[in-house]
Amino acid sequence: MSDVMHNFELYQPNSLQGAADLLDEFDDAWIIAGAKDSLGWFKDRVKQPAVVVDLGGIPELAGIEPTDDGGVYIGAATTLTDVSESTLVKERFQILSVAASNVASPQIRNSGTIGGNISQDTRCVYYRDGFPCYRAGGNTCYANTPTAMNREHALFEVSRCVAVTPSDTAPAMVALGAIMIIRRDGEEMEVPASEYFIGPEIDITRMTVLEPGDILLGIRIPGEWANARHYFEKIADRNTWDFALVSVTMVAKVAGGAIGDVAMVCGGVQCTPRRLTEVEDVIRGEVPGPEMENLVRRVASRGAKPLNFNHFKVPLMENLAARAVRSLA
Amino acid sequence: MDGMGPYDPTVDFPEGPAIAEIAADGNVKPWRPLHVSRRNFLRGVVCSGIVIGGSSYLFSTATPARADVRGVERMMSLTVNGKTRRVDVAPNETLGYTIRYRLGLTGTKIGCNQAECGACTVMADGRTIYSCSTLTHRMRGINIVTVEGIAAPDGTLHPVQRAFIEEIGPQCGFCTPGQVVAAVALLNSNPNPTEAEARVAMSGNLCRCGAYDHYMRGIMKAAREG
Ligand SMILES: Cc1cc2nc3c(=O)[nH]c(=O)nc-3n(C[C@H](O)[C@H](O)[C@H](O)COP(=O)(O)OP(=O)(O)OC[C@H]3O[C@@H](n4cnc5c(N)ncnc54)[C@H](O)[C@@H]3O)c2cc1C
Ligand code: SF4
Ligand code: FES
Ligand code: FES
Repeated sequence: MSDVMHNFELYQPNSLQGAADLLDEFDDAWIIAGAKDSLGWFKDRVKQPAVVVDLGGIPELAGIEPTDDGGVYIGAATTLTDVSESTLVKERFQILSVAASNVASPQIRNSGTIGGNISQDTRCVYYRDGFPCYRAGGNTCYANTPTAMNREHALFEVSRCVAVTPSDTAPAMVALGAIMIIRRDGEEMEVPASEYFIGPEIDITRMTVLEPGDILLGIRIPGEWANARHYFEKIADRNTWDFALVSVTMVAKVAGGAIGDVAMVCGGVQCTPRRLTEVEDVIRGEVPGPEMENLVRRVASRGAKPLNFNHFKVPLMENLAARAVRSLA
Repeated sequence: MDGMGPYDPTVDFPEGPAIAEIAADGNVKPWRPLHVSRRNFLRGVVCSGIVIGGSSYLFSTATPARADVRGVERMMSLTVNGKTRRVDVAPNETLGYTIRYRLGLTGTKIGCNQAECGACTVMADGRTIYSCSTLTHRMRGINIVTVEGIAAPDGTLHPVQRAFIEEIGPQCGFCTPGQVVAAVALLNSNPNPTEAEARVAMSGNLCRCGAYDHYMRGIMKAAREG
């Protein structure tokens, strides 16, 4: 249920240092960038931080630049529209442009940021409705019970919480080997995408390594996958607004008809983007074709443990992986 | 199942034991709120689900959330449809509310109030945004255009507005202001869109009456006859 937001104090620093000072001063401060995830929490009155720090006015957090190794650097507060329309991104990593253009709706992409997109919280309906579940600090999971509605929930790596990663761009970050640049306690640190997203076994109350007070400065995408072949497909109930039930993101190098290096990642099946290493192992060095598709179907969802209402995700995932491989033929 | 009784948001859930249990689990870090202090978080859980009505509530002379904290100045300059005005805006106020209830521009509609319908669409520096899900204080120094700012000052309708009338775009009309703004923003940046491009540009605007094809015909007509 959506309502008028609680009263909070809003800070709009215009420098990184200003933002860092505020986050130091108020340990309960909540960061907003595009605020598209955050205002949902506030309007539902489930989260009511007293202090909100808006990063939207900090110039150095927005923008896209080429890097020397043939990659790109994207400021965390760059809008999803700017990411998807950037000629530089399209030229080097079209997969990221495609993934960003599949988020939510045009209006949300015009204000939602790439940093917010990869740092957003899960969409588990129980959690978002304010149920005191594990993720909210309680002692039960409302989504993993015999009668729970869990068609959107996880197939893999469940540890008490069965929520999934909602982000459409997170799998691309993992596939491209992106590096997250984070400011913590005045120092910059670099975290690879594969470690940025964390599952419930590491910390059930967070989706990323970001801790209170941390600022995500930007994302560096190394040149390694520039101009690689790619495939993105997102299956959702509606093409606009709805989150992926399952999505597949693949980058691949193809030479002489055979697949060289490849990275395939699924969204919507696990708390973090799931790298399909078994599929990658099966197809690396091989020539795509119907036989390979069958093999891929067989290994794509290996180890899946469906809940009551999400069995459909298993064949969906297998088919998406097979279609990704077919695109390389 | 344990702890699975009907959820009553007005009853506080027990503090402590569960959290201590999690903390004792070797694999898990001690419980730590994501961004919110435990105090605020609990208050959040307790409040959620309670319906609070009455419009006086909207602009309560904001008791600051915390007495020791002072953020943005409430008075701000807001540029809407080419006019800059000084407005008193609460920190937690959305652009949709400011436009409708402080500036009296009620053309902009609030439908879902959660970024999921497009009725509240306005332009910010030429790009469409959902005014229901944008903090007004974010709009400092930005040119906002609402549906009232689409026609020429002498009242001459924009080609999109004329075409929507001719193609009988609106049925109930509730989504129309948002459709108009989204269509004008599209034609400003892409005067001759293909139908596929137009459908993507309009995909953030729901129409409960399902008049999509009417609007689409209007947009293509406005593009042709501009
Ligand atoms: C109706 C609707 C539909 C949606 N559909 C989709 C979808 O299909 N696919 C999808 O991927 N997403 C979807 N979203 C989710 C999301 O809101 C957007 O993807 C958006 O990109 C979030 O970015 P933001 O900047 O607006 O987030 P914010 O709300 O500003 O931030 C999100 C979180 O990240 C943190 N954060 C943001 N920036 C930083 C930073 N620089 N440093 C540290 N922390 C930071 C914030 O504290 C907050 O916790 C949808 C949202 C809505 C409301
Ligand atoms: S799936 Fe996770 S977020 Fe959802 S109710 Fe269970 S513990 Fe909470
Ligand atoms: S009222 Fe803003 S999107 Fe529905
Ligand atoms: S005309 Fe009725 S909602 Fe669109």
